[in-house]
Amino acid sequence: MDILFWLIPVSLILGALGLGAFVWTLKSKQYEDPTGDAARILLADWDHHPKPEPTQPRRP
Amino acid sequence: MSVAEHISPAACPGCLAVPIAVKTVPPGPTGLMLSLPNVHCAACIGTIEAGLQAVPGVQSARVNLTLKRVSIAAAPGLTAAHLVAVLARIGHEAHEMDASALSETATDALGRDLLLRLAIAGFSMMNVMLLSVAVWSGAGDAARALFHSISAAIALPTVAFCGMPFFRSAWASLRARRLGMDVPISVAIVLATVVSLSETLQAGQIAWFDAAVTLTFFLLAGRYLDHRTRAAARSAAAVLSALEVPRAVQITANGQHLVNVADLAPGDLVLVHPGGRMPVDGVVTVGQSELDRAILTGETTPVFAGPGSLVAAGETNLTGPLTLRVSHAALNSSLHQMADLVAVAEAARGRYTALADRAAQIYVPVVHLLSVGAFATWLAITGDARLAINIAVAVLIITCPCGLGLAVPAVVTAASGRLFRKGLLIKSSTALERLASADVVVFDKTGTLTLGTPEAADLATHDPMDLAVALGLANGTSHPLARALSTAILAIGVTPAHISALAEVPGYGVRGVWQGQDVRLGRADWLGVKACDVTATHLQIGSTRAVTFPFSDRLRPGAEKAVAGLQSLGLQVIVMSGDAEAPVAALAEGLGIRHHEARLTPIEKAARIAALTAAGKLVLMVGDGLNDTAALAAAHVSVAPASALDAARTVSDMVLLGTDLAPIADAVRLARIAVQRMRQNFAISIAYNIIVVPFALVGLATPLMSAVAMSLSSLTVSLNAMRMK
Repeated sequence: MDILFWLIPVSLILGALGLGAFVWTLKSKQYEDPTGDAARILLADWDHHPKPEPTQPRRP
Repeated sequence: MSVAEHISPAACPGCLAVPIAVKTVPPGPTGLMLSLPNVHCAACIGTIEAGLQAVPGVQSARVNLTLKRVSIAAAPGLTAAHLVAVLARIGHEAHEMDASALSETATDALGRDLLLRLAIAGFSMMNVMLLSVAVWSGAGDAARALFHSISAAIALPTVAFCGMPFFRSAWASLRARRLGMDVPISVAIVLATVVSLSETLQAGQIAWFDAAVTLTFFLLAGRYLDHRTRAAARSAAAVLSALEVPRAVQITANGQHLVNVADLAPGDLVLVHPGGRMPVDGVVTVGQSELDRAILTGETTPVFAGPGSLVAAGETNLTGPLTLRVSHAALNSSLHQMADLVAVAEAARGRYTALADRAAQIYVPVVHLLSVGAFATWLAITGDARLAINIAVAVLIITCPCGLGLAVPAVVTAASGRLFRKGLLIKSSTALERLASADVVVFDKTGTLTLGTPEAADLATHDPMDLAVALGLANGTSHPLARALSTAILAIGVTPAHISALAEVPGYGVRGVWQGQDVRLGRADWLGVKACDVTATHLQIGSTRAVTFPFSDRLRPGAEKAVAGLQSLGLQVIVMSGDAEAPVAALAEGLGIRHHEARLTPIEKAARIAALTAAGKLVLMVGDGLNDTAALAAAHVSVAPASALDAARTVSDMVLLGTDLAPIADAVRLARIAVQRMRQNFAISIAYNIIVVPFALVGLATPLMSAVAMSLSSLTVSLNAMRMK
């Protein structure tokens, strides 16, 4: 039965990790456009390199 | 002043103006939002984003496929109209949206908050349940004490955090001296936790942590469903408002500017083009035209407007450009007056008590009395306070309204989803219950039963030559009556006569010369003929007798089906209109409606509704115009079509999204089924309570029993809600 003293914390920590991951997706607003995110995976635009961050305003 | 002169070395006033002009441009990109009704796939996202990025000045564009809109960060000079044109060129329909009307962030935050609490409650529930299974299957003393302690460590923070929405709402309802469902919920959760904690500390046999956490989870699920349904309806309603960007063309000393209506001050001059809506109340200073007042009064016959005429916000300018002086009264005086009427009507309506609240009013005292009774009896019999408290808490937990909490939200979610697919948006949470009990339907005529677009009637009886001349003249104007006439004449295969010197006389009609004779098409008073009581236009060739072309208003699709459907459901149908007697009577007869009332002012409409209510009728009002707003607010339950004025949609409980009226009859039928399901759900939950309460009262209830009862009642209630057809 001693194994319980390890298994209970381990199972709790693993569960908490999953919960933490969910909270992170919620906080980073990943549920704003579920349909769009499902469709975007089909776009071939950024297959070879990631989309550049739009920090610099475009030159006219 | 002298400082500015010192700084600027420029000699000409034009150069002096330059730095000021630079300063007035707001810094940073502006946010624009466009609605994309037809976007549906990944390819659309790609073309729209690439197309917009290619426009100089666009810094970023992001399509939201779920909400069917795109948000754009653009350089200050760029207008939405320009981007709409760009999208039209690449084949996508787009409409400008008023980004400020879409303040969804608050509701979104609330939804995320509920989801977070739900996730945490779910996590705790699963873990506590696992530990409880070990206890139920007979863990020894040491192991049981350990498992109880771990459960306590998980359950205490969970209940404190996840139970907050219930505690807050219970506190609010107690302060308002009402007993809502949240009061027994909070009492049960808190007592279960506190008693379990004290039992754990005393190494007791029974702890109710699993019950407390499960209860929190299931009730949060109900709360989240409820929130999501309402948030979806609210955001769809906000989109309708956001699509009407309030703009006006202001005339100032240095030209014409497009400004926001809110920025106009009394005395300003505003230009309204033909086809445009009056942005404000005002007086015509320049121009002649005809006005369509249907949305304000229900009249279908256009009225003349010239210098000195008073116009009200919401009226449509038909033929000539008009310049208005914004009237000295409050900006939205006609709207403002209506708002007062609405406030009066709403105050008179009286509060509707939701089914769930009525159930709570019966349920709460019974359960609490049972629990207190059990405590007193056991204390009297055994003298053991700890045992008596345990039994009292067991009664509270086992009867806690888990299924009751889900009974209404589960049904409302299922029914709203079905109605949304049929094109009906439920804005109010109790609208379904109220709709189910309605026994009288009052329809507005113009814009509700009809589309508000005229259709030429009985053309076959006219002389083909008259038709050819009328067609030739009608092609010279964009007046809605002339366009309807020309479409109808073309449809019967008449070719237009050649008219020379064609000229439009704004506000009156159109004139020309045909085979050397003066020909005119327009208003009765212009041609000097007697006006008839239906909407009509008149043709005069030379000095002969004038020919009258009457118009009928086209029925909204599904109007017949809706009326027949409502009548077959046993509802009495009434038409109330501000229009003249003849067209209203003809329409009522055509639709098989026995009761109609014409020439009603907005106040009279609201008064008729109030009279019906006083006679014990529950009125469903369907209307779209400003003249219906007070009546919509006074009615037991109300529906407005999407084409209605913003004010009318705001006071309505439901919004019809398409042009089809038929969903209204379906909605009444579905609402009745929904209310039946809610009652069944209450019956199911109470049945579970009746089975388990005796066990709890005699002290035989176990946490396992409560867990089974709770899960089963939630499950049956949800399944019952989902079999909505």
